[in-house]
Amino acid sequence: MNWSWFPEYFPLLLQGIWLTIQLLVLSMVFGLIIAVPVGLVQVTGPRWLGAIARGYCTLMRGTPLLVQLWLLYFGLGSVFASYPEIRQSVFWPVLREGYFYAVLAFSLNEGGYAGEIMRGAFLSVPKGELESARAFGMSPWRVLRRIWLPRAFRNVLPTLAGETVLMLKATPLAATVTVLDIFGVILRVRQNTYLTYEPLLLAAALYMVITLVITQMFARIESRVPSRR
Amino acid sequence: MENAAADADGHRPVAVKVTDLHKKFGELEVLKGVSLTAREGSVVSMIGASGSGKSTFLRCINFLEMPTQGEIEVTGERVSLARHKDGDLHPSDRRQLERIRTRLGMVFQSFNLWQHMTVLQNVIEAPVHVLGVPKAEAVERAGKLLHKVGLFEKRDQYPAFLSGGQQQRAAIARALCMEPKVMLFDEPTSALDPELVGEVLKVIRDLADEGRTMILVTHEMKFARSVSSHVIYLYKGVIEEEGPPSQVFGSPLSDRCRQFVSGIH
Repeated sequence: MNWSWFPEYFPLLLQGIWLTIQLLVLSMVFGLIIAVPVGLVQVTGPRWLGAIARGYCTLMRGTPLLVQLWLLYFGLGSVFASYPEIRQSVFWPVLREGYFYAVLAFSLNEGGYAGEIMRGAFLSVPKGELESARAFGMSPWRVLRRIWLPRAFRNVLPTLAGETVLMLKATPLAATVTVLDIFGVILRVRQNTYLTYEPLLLAAALYMVITLVITQMFARIESRVPSRR
Repeated sequence: MENAAADADGHRPVAVKVTDLHKKFGELEVLKGVSLTAREGSVVSMIGASGSGKSTFLRCINFLEMPTQGEIEVTGERVSLARHKDGDLHPSDRRQLERIRTRLGMVFQSFNLWQHMTVLQNVIEAPVHVLGVPKAEAVERAGKLLHKVGLFEKRDQYPAFLSGGQQQRAAIARALCMEPKVMLFDEPTSALDPELVGEVLKVIRDLADEGRTMILVTHEMKFARSVSSHVIYLYKGVIEEEGPPSQVFGSPLSDRCRQFVSGIH
């Protein structure tokens, strides 16, 4: 085994790890922000809104993430680039970066998957608990915020842990749009050194470690919440 | 004793007044014009076979079920209603509905405690977040109520770790903490194991002895007889018999009611 390249690429790898974590956290946070209303309107909203949300989930879950990412990066990205107003705007430094399109695509995609999960989560809360909340004079908004949403989240915490791990392992796609995440750095190592196994083994190990950290974190949150039955 | 209570009732203000309530589920009319007046300090019990409409009637009082026809007044305030496209009457003023609901302390057959909160959190939730009671004050109030229902030691437990009887007592404390004008009990002991019924009935009896206004839907005939000031026997969505418990249980005018009260227990 040849690890002589390692010291030289170590700082870049650290940056790559940090970037991967950023991609993961931002995608999960934005994804869940999308998922909550997407799940909710399918359970309680007007029928047309539910249909739109359902269509969104189907679209996001039915097409490859790589295709979604490339459509945004090469498609939307080039459209943006063709408007001088956008190119000269203050947003251009962000809109120019592959990083932006990666977060966008991952969030939209996660919104579709987690939206489906949240739909089930909202349905899993016993109707009686919502009824008692209403019976004590809570407004619909307060029922959602104090009872329905926290209750729903706790029911699907284990599922969301799995979803986060899956998202982590989707992040290497960002390397295809010039992002130097863990996988991006590893690709560069391979190009420069013509090595195959060593960099890829290192990548596998790094993703494995992050996965363990994620599952530990979720296990800790779950243990703070009493399990029912 | 019962008669004395009934006489005194006549002069007290009306807490809940329901007039000519109808409820249809599709083609099925489960309530066919039921009226009820509960004065302050009175205990009105509703009895009847399963499917007689008594639970539906109770759930219409705080609009967990929407009536098809009728009027509801709580502490003198009439709930403004509007015909909805589903054919039922819905409260037209959400604020008013929420305000009126805070005056009605509901206790459910299946407890319906919020499972993600401890007993104490359950009890203070609505007082703090709906009524705006300062948290310290709500905690103090909740502590007293939990003492009263014998659950102070369990205040930091989650509902899943309590017995049915304990959960129901916690649910009663939760309703009381809103300081409601009227307590509504929807078959509070029907989901309990037989040996746990007594502890819940005792709490309800204490509340009756304190002079709380209560409307109680129950299958516990002996309890209804001893605790009520007024008993309503519902049969297929109409009031078949009503009056003081001595009449309804002792010498009912209706044959059906006689059969019902003698057939059970």
